[in-house]
Amino acid sequence: MRIKQVSVFVENESGRLEAILEALQREKISIRALSVSDTAEFGIARMILDNPDEGLKALRQDGFTTRIDWMLSAQIPDVPGGLLNSVAKPMAKAGINIKYFYAFIGQVGENKAMVVFKPDDIEKAEEVLKSLSVGS
Amino acid sequence: MIRDPEHETMPRPELEKLQLERLKVKVREVYDRVPFYRRAFKEKGVTPDDIQTLADLTKLPFTSKLDFRDNYPYGLMAVPLEQAVRIHSSSGTTGKPIIVPYTQGDVDTWAEVMARTLATAGTTKDDVLQNAYGYGLFTGGLGFHDGAERLGALVIPTSSGNTKRQILLLQDLGTTVITCTPSYALILHETARDMGIDLRDTRLRLGVLGAEPWSEQMREDIEERLGIMAINVYGLTEVIGPGVSVECPHKCGMHIAEDHFLVEAIDPETGEQLPYGEAGELVVTTLTKEAQPVIRFRTRDIISLNPEPCECGRTMVRMSRVTGRSDDMLIVRGVNVFPSQIESVLLDVEGVEPHYLIVVDRQHAFKSDELEIWVEVSEGVFSDEMQKMEGLEKRLRSEMDSVLGIAARIKLVEPRTIERTEGKAKRVIDRSEL
Repeated sequence: MRIKQVSVFVENESGRLEAILEALQREKISIRALSVSDTAEFGIARMILDNPDEGLKALRQDGFTTRIDWMLSAQIPDVPGGLLNSVAKPMAKAGINIKYFYAFIGQVGENKAMVVFKPDDIEKAEEVLKSLSVGS
Repeated sequence: MIRDPEHETMPRPELEKLQLERLKVKVREVYDRVPFYRRAFKEKGVTPDDIQTLADLTKLPFTSKLDFRDNYPYGLMAVPLEQAVRIHSSSGTTGKPIIVPYTQGDVDTWAEVMARTLATAGTTKDDVLQNAYGYGLFTGGLGFHDGAERLGALVIPTSSGNTKRQILLLQDLGTTVITCTPSYALILHETARDMGIDLRDTRLRLGVLGAEPWSEQMREDIEERLGIMAINVYGLTEVIGPGVSVECPHKCGMHIAEDHFLVEAIDPETGEQLPYGEAGELVVTTLTKEAQPVIRFRTRDIISLNPEPCECGRTMVRMSRVTGRSDDMLIVRGVNVFPSQIESVLLDVEGVEPHYLIVVDRQHAFKSDELEIWVEVSEGVFSDEMQKMEGLEKRLRSEMDSVLGIAARIKLVEPRTIERTEGKAKRVIDRSEL
């Protein structure tokens, strides 16, 4: 299913991630999933929040450059080859490129993991997931 | 040769009398005819009647490049547009070009000061003068052209560029004087060398070079490689173009055409006039310009003035080579970098905010200067995809390279990382201050 991701531009310096987390804590927003990709100079913190719109507001208020993007999330079986067979292969077969993804386990149910990813064609990717009935 | 001994060797008291007469006329003119000056005079609480001695000049307000921009295109004119016969322009460093109209009288005055300039540099009517300054809106081309013709020299109007043809003509037509920028003189040398030609073997004997800052080392280099005497010439579009000052063959400062241009050196911070000999910003008031006279124009060029008569017999004040700019031009690895150029690159990229900081790292004695540009990442350019962010960085880097001519590192920073200041932003810092 479609899910909102909040991403934040963050300089690769000590205390910056802390500042993001503090803004969220102040507004009592909880993080479901978090991934940070980085270069030597800067990073992009990507987050799935329980309240993305309020999260965006809180971060903006603290002066962060931030944005919301639609992502797809999928529940996959927590077994070897789970990600490969439920997401990677079907997407490749449909000619969909995944720009990035991250995963988390727990909270989702036993023997289940959750992946969040950004396909280059969200409509098409959503169709693929539906046909496989992993779209959660 | 002294072309106009009456003016060029005038005893200073007489010269100052002439300057005062002309100043009074110009001040009255701009006050009566140019709303910008009338307003500026009123703000300073000064009227034309307050100008009774040359020392009263300091009562008048300054004019800056900004005023040209704000009054673009014709707002500073003191005659109706119909009386103008020509426009020249300089690109300026920000936004709108600077427009300078000339009456027929101005064109004549200019040709005369340029003839004087060329004569001072050592040109005669028997010379074959190849003018490789660009023809067009730039004042260099037509300024030198008209002056050389007025002097009676044979002019080859090659304009700039097409270097191989320049060298061919220089050889075949027996060019004796080249007029161009110092850096182009070196390009001529290199190209000639590549063509198997040694310029020292040609009839070329003199270069009248200017329109960009250059050093004594560069002069020595040019003189050695081209086998010529290299003479420094100075001028500004806002004031007239080339023709403001030039060296004589003694090469001990540039003689200012003081019967046309009244000069001062000021402290660029306080605006106070400085005594002779002290380094300060050159300020020029035109004494004879008709279409667009300028009062106390701040050139931003740092010079010093020397009133001692020269060995050549001229009594006009000499100005030193321009040793720097009082505005925020940076010299990084020998290349002039204007913060405004950086700003224009940033503004060309959609969504980028003009909040930037230029960090120059000169602390390594054995390493060349590093230029780093901090750019704040606004929501307009922020992407959740790393590839796009790196693409932005790459794009800015390559745009900077092509505009600045030197490589700069781009550092993307969080909003408000860069200190905001009231008024003029601090755009440049040295690494050691961080």
